[in-house]
Amino acid sequence: MRVEDYQDPTVIQAALNERRIAIVGLSSNELRPSHFVGYYMQRHGYQIVPVNPRETEVLDEASYPSLADVPEPVGVVDVFRDPAAVPAIAREAVAMGAKFLWLQYGVISEEGVGIALDSGMQVIVDRCMKVEHARYRGRMHWLGFNTEVISANRKPG
Amino acid sequence: MSNDQRDFGFHTRSVHAGSRPDPNTGARALPIFQTSSYVFEDAESAAAYFNLQEYGNTYSRIMNPTVAAFEERLANLEGGAGAVAFASGLAAQSATFFTLLEPGDHVVASAALYGGSITQLKHLFRKLSIGLTFVDPDDMENWRAALTDHTKLLFAETIGNPGGNVLDIASVAALAHDNGMPLVVDNTFATPYLCRPMDWGADIVVHSATKFIGGHGTSIGGAVVDSGEFNWSNGRFPVIANPSPAYHGLAFHETFGKYGYLMKLRAETLRDLGAAMSPFNAFLFAQGLETLPLRMRQHVANALKVADFLSTHDKVRSVRHPGLPDSPYAGLVDTYLPRGAGAVFCFDLNGGRQAGREFIAALSLFSHLANVGDAKSLVIHPATTTHRQLSDDELSAAGIGPGTIRLSIGIEDAEDLIWDLDQGLAAVQAQGRYTD
Ligand SMILES: Cc1ncc(COP(=O)(O)O)c(C=O)c1O
Repeated sequence: MRVEDYQDPTVIQAALNERRIAIVGLSSNELRPSHFVGYYMQRHGYQIVPVNPRETEVLDEASYPSLADVPEPVGVVDVFRDPAAVPAIAREAVAMGAKFLWLQYGVISEEGVGIALDSGMQVIVDRCMKVEHARYRGRMHWLGFNTEVISANRKPG
Repeated sequence: MSNDQRDFGFHTRSVHAGSRPDPNTGARALPIFQTSSYVFEDAESAAAYFNLQEYGNTYSRIMNPTVAAFEERLANLEGGAGAVAFASGLAAQSATFFTLLEPGDHVVASAALYGGSITQLKHLFRKLSIGLTFVDPDDMENWRAALTDHTKLLFAETIGNPGGNVLDIASVAALAHDNGMPLVVDNTFATPYLCRPMDWGADIVVHSATKFIGGHGTSIGGAVVDSGEFNWSNGRFPVIANPSPAYHGLAFHETFGKYGYLMKLRAETLRDLGAAMSPFNAFLFAQGLETLPLRMRQHVANALKVADFLSTHDKVRSVRHPGLPDSPYAGLVDTYLPRGAGAVFCFDLNGGRQAGREFIAALSLFSHLANVGDAKSLVIHPATTTHRQLSDDELSAAGIGPGTIRLSIGIEDAEDLIWDLDQGLAAVQAQGRYTD
């Protein structure tokens, strides 16, 4: 599997158009990467749904033990878990009708990707949702990062 | 197809990367945000910026939108994950090292570096209790032999100043990676138009923007570009991977992934060492990058014409331009510098120190000064200026002869430059100690 095949800017931006995101493995520890992402996405108006059996509440949202326990549909399932856990998560994501499976940095599972694709989900692999939001919608360019965005169009202020 | 899916060319990116029209005013040119600080929307936002939970402006020692545009443009041209700008090239280098190294670590560096870099490494590392070994960079065996268990990085220039040594980047990078350490390359002389060291495995690229990036000799500045590819969690860099005492326990590599080193470089090192680039200088450097490819083409074409002319002149003993067919670096130039081997090189006059003095005094288009990479052609005679205190023997150990002249070829008409050099050579009377 080539991760670059699952980093299509069009798919990424379509995923960013969703409003409800389940974050699997979201931690209440403020220094964990998952917390950075959850905090940031919530700050930018997304409704986040924590999925973590070790938490009861994260960022003022109730945490569910598994995706299967989440009562309402979500657009994106964003995964901060060991790659070995991804196939089962992908099956649950398919079952709940999520449109996008988003695997964070280092969460690379060919089997999980295959399950999601076979059921018509779109997949993003080895990318960070916070970084991609900041690249296309946010302020990543304020800190000298290479957004790779080239455009002469005026963005709203 | 949208812009996001197109692979834009180098010239397009030189002009556009990092700088869209200003969202508030529509200004097309890059605005100069001449401000020390930024009003927070609310207390929560302020906290999020300082905690690095949100990308936000706090204080211009750490970030500034004009500086950021320059940083992004350079990072884009080098093919890196991002960049952090500094007040000078040497400030960029010291920040790179300061971020990665701890007392007891060891560095292997090319001995063919810019003299100011040699001095910097010697004195900075001695004060920080960091070991240092200089090696002749032309032989891989030297690099290998200098490694110790404590070695944490390798450092060299793409094209050495002033010797013109061309680095075998891929081989040195492979050696670094086999031993779990990054290769840091000073790409000042090549610029990303002539060579992108990261394409060959370099992990971090540093620049003196003072030179070709600015291109007009107006400002001092520097930058660090990181590829984002090095695995700082390989066990050898707890300074990047472990929770940081200088940032309330944040583990930079785990938290920010490929942006971890850059975040630490900015949020800790730039914050603490404080050598920030001014917004006005960043504007000039961003402007400079817009024409970088055009200027570099003229620089390298002129330099080769000048080198050709000098190599046939009877008062010239030798010409050390790596792009000449008989250069020992010709093979490396084919690989790493197919668009040209730079525009700074040395040649040796037959007549020693006295000939050098006479030659420089007779020039009328070349400026006699201590800089390189200006649109204007520059000249210096190291034996009577920068290296004046050295004996002839000490000079030769530094690769500089008594009659060595360093040229930085500008973008004037090559014929005019050759005319000036020709009249300079005609004025040389001294025969010196070289009679062949
Ligand atoms: C190759 C090289 N690197 C670094 C530097 C240092 O840059 P700065 O003078 O901007 O500190 C110089 C300056 O001459 C240089 O030639």
